[in-house]
This record gives sequence, structure tokens and C-alpha cells, in this order.
Amino acid sequence: MTCLPEITPGQKQLGLVIDLDTCVGCQACATNCKEWNASGHSGPLPDLKPYSAGAEGVWFNRVHSYEAGEGEAGRTVHFPRSCLHCETPDCVTVCPTGASYKRIEDGIVLIDHDICIGCGLCAWACPYGAREMDEDEGVMKKCTLCIDRIYNETIPEAQRQPACVLTCPTSARHFGDLGDPESKVSKLVAERGGQPLMPELGYKPVNSYLPPRNRSSAAAQPEEASPTPMDIKNPLLRWMDKVLTR
Amino acid sequence: MNPAPSIVFFTTASGAGYGLLFWLGLLRPLGLVAMSPMAALVALVLALVLITAGLLSSTLHLGNPKRAWRAVSQWRSSWLSREGVAAILTYIPALLLGLGLWVDAPALALIAGLLAAAGAFATVYCTGMIYASLKPIRQWHHPLVVPGYLALSAFSGAVLLAMLAAFSGSGAVPALLAILTGAAALLLKRAYWQAIDTAPPIATIESATTLGFIGKTRPLDPPHTEQNYLLREMGFRIARKHATKLRLIAQLGGFALPALLALLALLAGGTAAALALTLGAILALAGLLVERWLMFAEATHTVTLYYRGS
Ligand code: SF4
Ligand code: SF4
Repeated sequence: MTCLPEITPGQKQLGLVIDLDTCVGCQACATNCKEWNASGHSGPLPDLKPYSAGAEGVWFNRVHSYEAGEGEAGRTVHFPRSCLHCETPDCVTVCPTGASYKRIEDGIVLIDHDICIGCGLCAWACPYGAREMDEDEGVMKKCTLCIDRIYNETIPEAQRQPACVLTCPTSARHFGDLGDPESKVSKLVAERGGQPLMPELGYKPVNSYLPPRNRSSAAAQPEEASPTPMDIKNPLLRWMDKVLTR
Repeated sequence: MNPAPSIVFFTTASGAGYGLLFWLGLLRPLGLVAMSPMAALVALVLALVLITAGLLSSTLHLGNPKRAWRAVSQWRSSWLSREGVAAILTYIPALLLGLGLWVDAPALALIAGLLAAAGAFATVYCTGMIYASLKPIRQWHHPLVVPGYLALSAFSGAVLLAMLAAFSGSGAVPALLAILTGAAALLLKRAYWQAIDTAPPIATIESATTLGFIGKTRPLDPPHTEQNYLLREMGFRIARKHATKLRLIAQLGGFALPALLALLALLAGGTAAALALTLGAILALAGLLVERWLMFAEATHTVTLYYRGS
């Protein structure tokens, strides 16, 4: 059913918290996501022309890198992008078949691949580009929050987490219930000022992004920062600089 | 957005078919178009052929066409589903109208005609809403999109009906309607283009990444070096100068010339009218194909903020 479940305060909303301060852009989360999901609930994930030019495929997680700010205040920020398991996502309501749905019990947004007709409308309705068409099977695919890991009683309890979270070498990814204000992830969001992506679209993403921390003061200038002879334009001053530094 | 040929053809053909069905169902009972039952039947067949060809073409766009029947189940929330329901329901009065014309039962033709007109209107309205309800695409999520779909469908339908009516004697009322709806569609499109050209973006790369607090943000490294579904489907962009030319072609060829030819037909009458309106109908449909193509090509999706920063 593609009508959205009513969400009451405190209701379980599983999701991810991604720390943009510590993410190093190593692509481990994207790689392990592909590895796990190629054979799990959503498998197989197609790869078109995998061994030749123009290789491409379906991935649930894509790691971008951005530059923000100018000069010294500027930062390079690595930015993983995947489904945000929004509270009020139009990707669910636009679906004509009922294949796209949001679970009442934990808020995970899923696709029933046996019903999906591959119309692609849900991918148009997602502002974040979280859905990719499996052109082999003709059905839409997306992040499941590793539904086949997090409830999987055949693996050790410590591993019942999304593959991306487990693999991240800098622990930049956290998984938990963001509907519960007392959960570890909710507290992390409150403490670090976690932000939703594109709140102006009104989808109320559950996943939250922790901002890069402020750098410690820019006071300590590296030695190279002082002017070199080539920076002195006036030839007379340049000669004096040369003589005096001898 | 990628202008997939199957969808461009679908909205043009089905739009014209529903427009024709709408005017036929509405004007004939009111006695405003003097067509013999046989001529009206020909018009109805043309409408249904256009509608059906369009609908079939739209299923080609699906990844799993054999499951298409499932698409009518979610009418409570999905405009695509509602469109499917409306399209199927409209066949019922349309076929009854055909029966009424075939056995020459005016009362049946009247009621079925009016119901078919209502169904045609509802279906095109739903088509427009599919696009208008997509928030990430600002050129579609716009109050003029649904009126645009309705006006274009009414216009192309009126031109087709005027052409057919001219062959069977009197196409005065539909020709007049073609002029009026053509002018209305042209004004509406111009207002729409002006609006989307001047509107601010709905989101920015800063709000998409949360990094605005650091400063201006720009993409550095892409997540992948090859294409993917998102870039193919939503990354399609058309150069400004091409868009400007195509807009002109759509306005002149698609609206202005057909309306002018309809005016000529109105004045000339007879065989000349039928020929002018045939040319007008061909031009209008070709112009609408250009306009529909542009509707996709000029639309931008917020996902491109992540890849291109704009
Ligand atoms: S991120 Fe996109 S696919 Fe995921 S729930 Fe939100 S709108 Fe739907
Ligand atoms: S592609 Fe599948 S899941 Fe997406 S809207 Fe169409 S039928 Fe629903």
C-alpha cells in the first residue's frame, strides 16, 4: 500500500547518522554495500559491461567529494549519499503498484521486487537520487538499510548492522532508532547538530548528517606562508631582501 | 530530464485522442457540430486509435510491461494509478458512444458522449498531475503544468475534430474552438516559459549537502567516472540556444500556424477548408511533439545538484 503510515512521536524510525567530519572518502561503505546487497534481499545487483569501457551498475550508496568555502576557511568534505528513509517520502506515494512502501514497524522504505513494474516514477520523486533501476530485471532497487542483516538471527549480534556501518574504518557511520530521542544516535545528532538534507523539499529525512567540526584556530601559520623573494614585486626591495637575509 | 520517445509520443497522441473524444462527446449532443453518425464514428475511431497507441507506447517505457495491470491498484495516493483507472473507465462510455452512433440511438450517444467527455478530461488532468506532483523537478511542480496539459489536449483535439468535420460538411464550430484553444495554449505556454525562466531554484548544492555554513560549495570528485541510471535519466540537459529555437518552432508551427489555417478554413469553407485543416492538424501534432520533448529536456532534477552543483 503506497499510502504512508501515520508516524507518532517516539515511533521507531531506523536510519543512519553520517559524520562528515570523519569520513575520509575511502569508498569502503559503498564497496561493502555493493558486496552484501549483490546477493541479499535485493540481489543480484546488475553490472553492465563490468570488464570494459563504460562499466556501470546499480549501487545503493555513492560517495561524492565537495569543496566548501574559500581559501584557508575552505574544506574538502567527503559525502556519502544513500536513501534517507524519509518520514514523508513521495517515492512511496507516487508508486502506482504498491511496490514502494514504508514499513510501519521501523520506518524502513522498501521495494517489493515481485510487484514493481519498473515505471521509474519513484526515482523521479526522490530528490536525493537514492533509487536506481535494475535494467536487467526491469525493477527499481534501493538501500534496504540491510534489512537482511539487522534482523538476521543467524549472524552474531554485533554484526546485525548495515554493511556500510560495519565496514567504515573511521566509524563515520552510525545506525540506530532516530525516532527515539533517548537512543545513542539521537543523542549524537543533538550533541553535534546533525542536519537533514534539502529540508525545503519537505520529505523529512530520517538519516542525519553531522557537520564537519570547526578547525582549531588558524593562528599557527606554516613557515611557507611568509613572503618569498618572488612575491616581492619591486626590484629594489627584492635586492634589499636578498642582501639582508644573507 | 531524459525525453524518452515512448513518453513524448504517449502524451502527444493520447492527449490529442482525449481532446478529440472530449469535443466529440460534448459538441455533438449540443448540436454544435453537424456530423452524420458515420462521420462521428470515424472521429471516434480516430480518437480511440490515438489513445490506445499512446497508452501502449507508455507501457514500452516500463521495465516490466507484463505487470502493467498492477498499476491501477494505488489510486488512493498515486496520480499514475489514477490516470490508469481514468483511462480504462473512459473506454466504457467511449465504446457505448460508438454503439449509439452505430445503431443510431441518439439518446445513448448523448449520455455516453457526455460521460466520455468527462472521462477524457479526468484522464488528461491525471496525466498533468503525475508531473505536477513531482517536487524535485521545479519545471514540472508548477501551477501552470496541469492547465498546460489540458489546453494542449483541447487544442489538438479541436484541430482534429475541425479537420474531420470539414470533410463531412461543417467544421465551423470546431474550427473556431481550434483558434480559441490555440491562442489560449500559446498564451499559457508563454506564461509558463517566462515563469520557469525567472523562478529561483528549489534547492541548492549547499542545502543538498548541508555544507553552506562553511561557504560556497562545489563538486570536487564524482562518486563514479562512468554513467549511471541517475545521470542518464535525470542528468539530460539541453543547451539554452537550442531550447530557444525549439520554443519558437513549437509556438509558430504548433500553435500559430494551425490556428491561422483554422481561420482560413473558417473563411474559405468547402474543400479548401478541409485541406487547410488537414495541414493544420499535421502541424499542430508535430509542434506538440516538439513541445512535449522540450517539457522533458528543459526540466531539471535536484539530484543533479549532487553531481554538477546546479
Ligand atoms: S531518500 Fe529518496 S528513496 Fe529514500 S525515502 Fe527519501 S525520497 Fe524515498
Ligand atoms: S518503479 Fe516500481 S517501485 Fe517505483 S514507482 Fe514504479 S512500480 Fe513503484
